[in-house]
Amino acid sequence: MHRRGVGAGAIAKKQLTEAKYKERGTVLSQDQIVQMSKQLETFKSHLEEFASKHKQEIRKSSQFRVQFQEMCATIGVDPLASGKGFWSEMLGVGDFYYELGVQIIEVCLALKHRTGGLITLNELHHRVLKGRGKYAQDVSQDDLVRAIKKLKVLGNSFEMIPVGGSYLVQSVPAELNMDHTIALQLAEKKGYVTVSEITYNLKWERERACHVLGHLLKEGLAWLDSQAAGEPQYWLPALFSELTSHEITPEETKRMTED
Amino acid sequence: MDRFTWSNGLLEMNETMVIQQRGVKLYDGDDKAKLDVGVAMLTTHRLIWRDIKNHECCIAIPLSQIILFEEQAAGIGKSAKIVIHLHAAPANKEPGPYQHSKFSYIKLSFKEHGQIEFYRRLTEEMTRKRWENTPASQPMPAATRSQAGRTRAVGIVGIERKIEEKRKETDKNISEAFEDLSKLMVKAKQMVELSKSIANKIKDKQGDISEDETIRFKSYLLSMGIANPVTRETHGSGTHYHMQLAKQLADMLQAPLEERGGMMALTEVYCLVNRARGLELLSPEDLVNACKMFESMKFPLRLRVFDSGVMVVQLQSHSEEEMIASALDNVTEKGSLTAQEFAKLLGLSVLLSKERLLLAEKMGHICRDDSVEGLRFYPNLF
Repeated sequence: MHRRGVGAGAIAKKQLTEAKYKERGTVLSQDQIVQMSKQLETFKSHLEEFASKHKQEIRKSSQFRVQFQEMCATIGVDPLASGKGFWSEMLGVGDFYYELGVQIIEVCLALKHRTGGLITLNELHHRVLKGRGKYAQDVSQDDLVRAIKKLKVLGNSFEMIPVGGSYLVQSVPAELNMDHTIALQLAEKKGYVTVSEITYNLKWERERACHVLGHLLKEGLAWLDSQAAGEPQYWLPALFSELTSHEITPEETKRMTED
Repeated sequence: MDRFTWSNGLLEMNETMVIQQRGVKLYDGDDKAKLDVGVAMLTTHRLIWRDIKNHECCIAIPLSQIILFEEQAAGIGKSAKIVIHLHAAPANKEPGPYQHSKFSYIKLSFKEHGQIEFYRRLTEEMTRKRWENTPASQPMPAATRSQAGRTRAVGIVGIERKIEEKRKETDKNISEAFEDLSKLMVKAKQMVELSKSIANKIKDKQGDISEDETIRFKSYLLSMGIANPVTRETHGSGTHYHMQLAKQLADMLQAPLEERGGMMALTEVYCLVNRARGLELLSPEDLVNACKMFESMKFPLRLRVFDSGVMVVQLQSHSEEEMIASALDNVTEKGSLTAQEFAKLLGLSVLLSKERLLLAEKMGHICRDDSVEGLRFYPNLF
């Protein structure tokens, strides 16, 4: 039995072979796609194994979902890109978020006539939970935020505006620029804002303040109370229930959201 | 202040907001904390504080860390405060704004008042301890028992132990799941690297690769959720899956489209289709990619993007000229129309009626009167 691969001759031959492989490596051959297809099958079975052990975790633990999403993002994978993706099919993440997307759209649509298409994340959370009923899994606000991010793809439809301690979710493509956003943030405290408050707090000219408030009015995001003592007040229905929830009892809140 | 951890401020499952108060400044013991004024939020599980100017700066502490708290009345030039005494931070605490502190208490300074109500609610939550009934799903630090003068009946200890065991078990399950997840991610990363290498070669047009193979490659990317850097003119990001979907959609949407005047917003289509499916739902991207294929597959539907960014699916039979002509007729007949009135007339959504009017305006057939009372359109007599 002679030993193989030893000796100067063998080493030289090996180097030659490696060089040849390197050269071949720069040219795409069918082999690489076939290789990928094989690796994909292997990966799929690993994923299946993972799913059989931990699928419950994804459903039950919103923190696990957060971690999972962040890991995927780090390696450059979007588990929610397609319902046909492995992640979606085997771990069930897809259906969870896509259905949430449907519920979010429906809540926003139902309230649009009142809020003009603007709603706080808190109220959205509240209403979505209510709509899901007693036996469905609960969702966290992080889940909502991720579902909304996916919905953006459907044509400029959703934006999240940071306001106060949380966010406003905008579900209609009203054009809101920085000025409008800042005015909304100013109104967050009391649910309304006046021209004077804007000129005083933000140091804008009166005309700019009027223009911005006028736009909000036109888009149906603000209502005008021209009979208020002092000067007219621009109220934002999107912020209403945020305010009143601090002063009314839980029972009253429940009745309000049943409206 | 070293008990706080960084947080994204979003509520967990089972966690609800109790009260929030603006204008709160934090104190580390008696010293002002190196943070600006922010919003303090009390939930059933945690005390959260977020910087009002810098939204990224958000910290939280579980209510279970609180031993006791008391009010500190306002003085001359001093706001009212709530002083909160805390347990030591657990060993496995996540990082926060302070590495360590010589104080074991913090203060919330209420620069815009609200301390009375906040104190009341805090008292209520600390009595009810709702976080114990419905543990927020993040692993909480090991259960801490208040030592400040509370007596406990025997028997509750057994229940507490059970809750603690369950929590440990959940933690164990989760950490095992995380371990397995990490291993899985390593393998997934290899797939990503391989696909990048292939994609680069396709882009550089090295080697021989057929249309069919490109389509197959795209479907692999789809399965893994890897973004597709390679687009061919014929099918865009489409794969066989999307072609099948396009056909299904074309069949399914015919009737609803006709009922709705030939046009539906894509968000509406998304809800309609997924509600009908019930299971194996489409992702928003699936829907968009399938709709993009209508034209090349010669279906009588089109995906259309308006200037505002709104996306709709519309029936081919409803040609542009027809829509504009009928819009002009309606406006002329009524003298003038707003989007809301037009919507009522046609039985369309306000959003889509507005788009039609805007389109007619763009073609010069109607013009607008834009006032605070709303946007109204008139026939263009210029």
